[in-house]
Amino acid sequence: MASVNRRVLPGFSLTLGFTVFYLSLLVLFPISACFFKAGSLSFEEFWKAVWTERARAAYVLTFGAALIAAVVNTLLGLLIAWVLVRYTFPGKKLVDSLIDLPLALPTAVGGLVYASLYVEKGWLGQFLVPLGIHGAYSRFAIVLVLVFVGLPFVVRTVQPILEDLDPEAEEAGASLGGTRWQTFRYVILPTLYPALITGFALAFARGVGEYGSVVFVSGNMPYKTEIAPILIVARLEEFAYSEATAIAVVLLGVSFSMLVLINLLERWSMRHER
Amino acid sequence: MSILVKNVTKTFGNFTALDNVSLEVPDGSLLALLGPSGSGKTTLLRIIAGLEVADSGTVLHREEDITHQSARDRKVGFVFQHYALFRHMTVAQNIGYGLRVRQAPKAKIRARVEELLKLIRLEGLEARYPGQLSGGQRQRVALARALAAQPRVLLLDEPFGALDANVRRELRQWLRNLHNTLQMTSLFVTHDQEEALEVADRVVVMNEGRIEQVGTPNEVYHNPASPFVHHFLGNVNLFHCRVEEGMAYIGNTPVQLPAHVSRDAKTTRVYIRPHLFEIEKTPDGNKSLHGTIKHLNPAGPVVKLEVTSDWGDTINVEIPNERYRALQLQKGDEVYVRPKEMKFFSDDYSI
Repeated sequence: MASVNRRVLPGFSLTLGFTVFYLSLLVLFPISACFFKAGSLSFEEFWKAVWTERARAAYVLTFGAALIAAVVNTLLGLLIAWVLVRYTFPGKKLVDSLIDLPLALPTAVGGLVYASLYVEKGWLGQFLVPLGIHGAYSRFAIVLVLVFVGLPFVVRTVQPILEDLDPEAEEAGASLGGTRWQTFRYVILPTLYPALITGFALAFARGVGEYGSVVFVSGNMPYKTEIAPILIVARLEEFAYSEATAIAVVLLGVSFSMLVLINLLERWSMRHER
Repeated sequence: MSILVKNVTKTFGNFTALDNVSLEVPDGSLLALLGPSGSGKTTLLRIIAGLEVADSGTVLHREEDITHQSARDRKVGFVFQHYALFRHMTVAQNIGYGLRVRQAPKAKIRARVEELLKLIRLEGLEARYPGQLSGGQRQRVALARALAAQPRVLLLDEPFGALDANVRRELRQWLRNLHNTLQMTSLFVTHDQEEALEVADRVVVMNEGRIEQVGTPNEVYHNPASPFVHHFLGNVNLFHCRVEEGMAYIGNTPVQLPAHVSRDAKTTRVYIRPHLFEIEKTPDGNKSLHGTIKHLNPAGPVVKLEVTSDWGDTINVEIPNERYRALQLQKGDEVYVRPKEMKFFSDDYSI
């Protein structure tokens, strides 16, 4: 008996096939090449490549800075999205389009500008460096540029959800006796969790992978301000290709497991959607 | 007097939603605000709740001026048309919210939630999320949530508007019974006259930002104060009559003018409800209107007739089924209909 196709739109097998093919070509294939290359090392060689003191410092810095920047971006992004959705003010359209600029700008340009602003003789640095705030060639500088490149993600994920919020739910919160803070904390914020977590994950992933801007602001001092991607480039310059890919594999593994974790968290935050 | 609204006016841009409205809500009553959309009924409800601020006028609760109190200080239970339940909270968390934000002890909240779940007959569903409930169940949860913190008054905005007919009928009887049990002063907004007449003790008929009439369902139905109320509550036949020598003429049939219609008027309007006609196949002196049956619908306890009169107007008539069978009426028959009750309004009223 012929099975009846009950889908409204045809082409499930075609689109799925294309998706799998496309993902394989763009993501899976390069990544497995990476694993394959790293696999040419023995376990001991692999361990020696990825677990040096210098590499460990780079991992901690990479993930630590990305994490801090993502947290900052989550808070700031929520604030900016809130202002853009809830209030009207002159120049709102302009501010709204400025948000996406870090995506369009070559991050290297961002890094160069930040560095020149915060160095001892820079426009901002001349005031900040005497106060002990080093916004260039320091770990703080890395966080600063990662906040810059990760800015659009939380704003753009939270904004549409905020726009679609049911004003009646807030009125219900108020008429049930809640203060404004309680209404925000218990009624509004929980409905934003999924979007906030998605935005956090995007900003975090972007921070881990960022190279172009960091290379200009960090100073790239081993053990101090050297992030893992720069370490990989350093290994490549020594023609130690397998060692470089080994570090990349570690980065991939950690990133992947963190993204899985974030995904689980997101699913938990959406438990009421069935 | 539980709630007193005095001279409240509210405009939205050029639109006047409420035009100098005053209203008294007696303690323990169940009052319906009835009117077409745009009549200002929801705005009035929201002003009482503190969700909207009046441009001028005052709102009092038991002699206390609450005009400038915020919604959260008014201790008013508000039920929204589309429920406005918190989607990320369970049924129990929704119901308990009003107590939680007032820092009630956990044990007390749990006890009150259980009590209310029993009242709305949703025991066992406290761990569900609103997305997992039917429309009627959601509306009951919204009601329980509004009742949890013992509000001074209960306000409901088109509480059954989004439900299908059967659930609606069931829920409004349930609301009526609930009100009898709780005796809490309640106001609800509706555009459904049947709902207002069936559920409320008092009906406030609103039109274009003004109150047309306040009264018991019986009063507003049988003694409408204005042509608008007459039209809005139930079906009605309207005849434009000329006035000559103290008599009004419906077509060529003279009827006695009541005292309140000026003898000098040239014309008047007569309203007759479809069920307030006697029907005969033979002429009855000079008191009946003559016409031909154009259409008849015998399904149901009353038979609905459309009679085309001699002068061209269509008269809607409703007669009991027995009468229809006794007369053996057919489409095309000539009939004589005699009005048993009429309402006169001068022509200077506008609808």
